[in-house]
Order: sequence, then structure tokens, then C-alpha cells
Amino acid sequence: MKDKQLSVSAIKEGTVIDHVPASVLFKVVSILNLAHLDNMITIGNSLESKKLGKKGIIKLSNVFFEDKDINKIALVAPCAKLNIIREYEVVEKRVVEIPDEIVGIAKCVNPKCITNNEVVTTRFDVVSKSEVKLKCHYCEKITDQDNIEII
Amino acid sequence: MKNKNLVSITDFSKKEYLRILELAAEFEAHPRQDILKGFVISTLFFEPSTRTRLSFETAINALGGRVIGFSDSGATSASKGETLHDTIKMVSNYADLIVMRHPLEGSARLASEVSSVPIVNAGDGANQHPTQTLLDMYSILKTQGTLENLKIFMVGDLKYGRTVHSLLQAMSEFNTTFHFISPDELKMPSSYKLYLDKKGLTYHESSDLTEFLNEADIIYMTRVQQERFTDPIEYERVKNAYILHNNMLEGCKETMKVLHPLPRVNEIHTDVDGSPHAYYFDQARNGVFVRMAIISSILGKR
Repeated sequence: MKDKQLSVSAIKEGTVIDHVPASVLFKVVSILNLAHLDNMITIGNSLESKKLGKKGIIKLSNVFFEDKDINKIALVAPCAKLNIIREYEVVEKRVVEIPDEIVGIAKCVNPKCITNNEVVTTRFDVVSKSEVKLKCHYCEKITDQDNIEII
Repeated sequence: MKNKNLVSITDFSKKEYLRILELAAEFEAHPRQDILKGFVISTLFFEPSTRTRLSFETAINALGGRVIGFSDSGATSASKGETLHDTIKMVSNYADLIVMRHPLEGSARLASEVSSVPIVNAGDGANQHPTQTLLDMYSILKTQGTLENLKIFMVGDLKYGRTVHSLLQAMSEFNTTFHFISPDELKMPSSYKLYLDKKGLTYHESSDLTEFLNEADIIYMTRVQQERFTDPIEYERVKNAYILHNNMLEGCKETMKVLHPLPRVNEIHTDVDGSPHAYYFDQARNGVFVRMAIISSILGKR
């Protein structure tokens, strides 16, 4: 019998985003706007993971992220890990980190907030990182993890 | 404090609170001064208000300043769809300071970032109303002789009431012990209790207004509004439990005062009005002196 396993090969140069909770994998895809990339991308989801139960993984050839993009991921997948690949080797491991301030990424949960009624770039102070809580710089209301909507 | 915005009560430090209160006392002693002569102050009330607007305009006029503005956005270009951003940009070309009230939360913060002149927030939706907080503090200081180590009972709608939230934040600088008395549906939000925990302050929660009132230095009443309840039966059940009657004040400390941001509906029975504990109308009068202090210090005249 032939071994019909389809192997997802390692990438030569690029970034692997690992330890993405399966439930938010496609959110991460949309936050990073991956649909508009021409690069070779491999996405796996609901893979077995001892840590997360089920995890997602994204391999991107020849893509290297800027810090501000990594911050965007941190909002929905705070435990995601990035492996930077050069010549098939992991040359750098990065954990995503939620910054102290979030600018222009998330939407305020409060419908009466000025940012939901006029064209204003949203701004939040991160008041809790373990369970993400964002305090709106404008209306001072808290948007918590379950209510975070990415713009 | 010159050129500083007053958007949120936490924009000012303890030292600045005390400076404003000290100045307010000075203005109370000498309420007619010409120190704002030549200044134009704009009062932009995108939402109607009687007390707050008149109190600001009285304060400005008494100090010799001029007022431009509106008391209803219906008669302005906001009704043509002009954004707050553009209105503020325009008005800050005319005035030396802008006092504004707006129904949207965070509007005053946005205005402060757009405006070339200082902004004083006179209420942004359910968010902040810092001049109310300072006049509450002035009333407490005046009647108790100190702000330190007091027992403040907050009664009624502690969930949505912006005045109690701001007062809590400001008074937490003075080692206050808080008692929160409210129906279950309108309890003090956990974020504010956490705020007190972090400062190491004590608070008690109860749904019974009659308990421990004899310990209070200040009873701060707010209104329990029907529209806040998801269940109208629940409202009917509790609506009379948070009405203060004169006979409940027997045994209270002689110096205890009842405060209320007004307007009152029925949460303080009129039989309290004649009591030496009633202070809510004097409290409203104090607002003028506190607003004189705020405006003159931001304009650098005091």
C-alpha cells in the first residue's frame, strides 16, 4: 500500500505562526489580511496540541512581520508564537506581546462612544493582559476579551 | 493648571483638587471680581441642561467674562450633519475656553485633542462630569471641615450613575470608607470595586438603606430609574426601598449631610427638605464657586 500522506513541507524563508487557538485561526488570517498576499501560505487548523487542545498553524513563505502586525495578533491569540525561518532553520522565536496601548485595531464595545459615531481612530489602554481588558481612551469603558471586535 | 483640560476627574491630581476647592472658598467669600474681563468663553450644550449651563454662565458672568454658545444643538450646524470635530475646530478659533456637554461618551476627550483652547467637560453621556464631582467635594469639605477619613454612603443607581463613579475615584485619594446601597440590578460595577481594592480602601455593600446610617458622614443619594430595569416587576418591588424619609435620619450624626446631584424626583422625600441634614440645594449653589475656580485657574487668572 502506498503511503498517501501529504506532507506540508518546511519553508525556506519566512514566518511560522504557531500555537494559534483553533477557534481564532481564521480571525488571525483576516487580521493579517492574508487573503491579499501572493506568497505561498499553508494553513493548518484543529491540529492536536497538548497545550491548547486544538491549535492552528500558519506558514508564510518570505513574509516577515512588523511589530505592529504582531500586536494585532496578540489581541485574539495572546499565546501565539512566531518562528522566523532562514534557510530552513528557526533563527528567531518570538512571542507575541500585547502592548500597553492599542491604537486603531479594535472597536470600542460601547455604542454610545464617540469612536463609534464619528471618524476617530480608536485608542485603548490595556488594563489587563492575562484576560485582555481594554479601556477606551475616549469613553473610558472596558472592552473585554469576549467582545473584542477587530476593525 | 493653566491651559489644562478638565475632561475626566482623574485628569487632576489630589493637589489640584485641593487647590480648586481652596479657590472656590475664596470666590464664595468674594463672588464678584472682574478677573475674566476680556475673555470669551464658549458654552456648547449639544444636549439640554438647566443647572449646569446656568451655573457655568453665572460663574463666567460674575467674573466679568463673556459667553457665546448654544443650549440646544437643534439650532446649530450639528443638525446639518457637521461633525463634533469640525464644530470644535471652528469654535476654538473664537473662544478662549470651551465648556461642553454632549450626549456621546468620549466626546470631550476627542474635543480636547482637536481644540486649540482648553476644554472643560460639562458631561459626556454617562461617562464623566468632573465639575459636578468637584462641587460635591467642595460641599463635603465645607460641611465636614475635611475630606480625610470620612464614611460616604452612596445610595440608589450605582451601576449607571456617573456622579457616584467620579466621586468614588476622587474621594479614594482621601482614605474614604464607602458604603454602597443599591438594588441588586444596580450594584457598583466590579471595575470600581477593584479600583478601591488596589488602593487598599474599605467598602461595604448592602441592599438595605436603613442599615448603619448612623455611621454616615455623607449620604449621597441618586435616583433609581425605571428604564434601567430589564424586569419591570423587579422595579416595582424595589422602587420604594431607596427613598429617604426624614424619620430614617434619627440617630444620624449631627454633622451628617444628605447630598444629591439633582434633579430629584422622589428619592428624597420632601419631608427631608426642612431637616438640618438636607444640603442638596446648598450643594447646587456651591457649583457656581467651584466653576469660577476651575475656569479662572485654567485661564491662568488665579
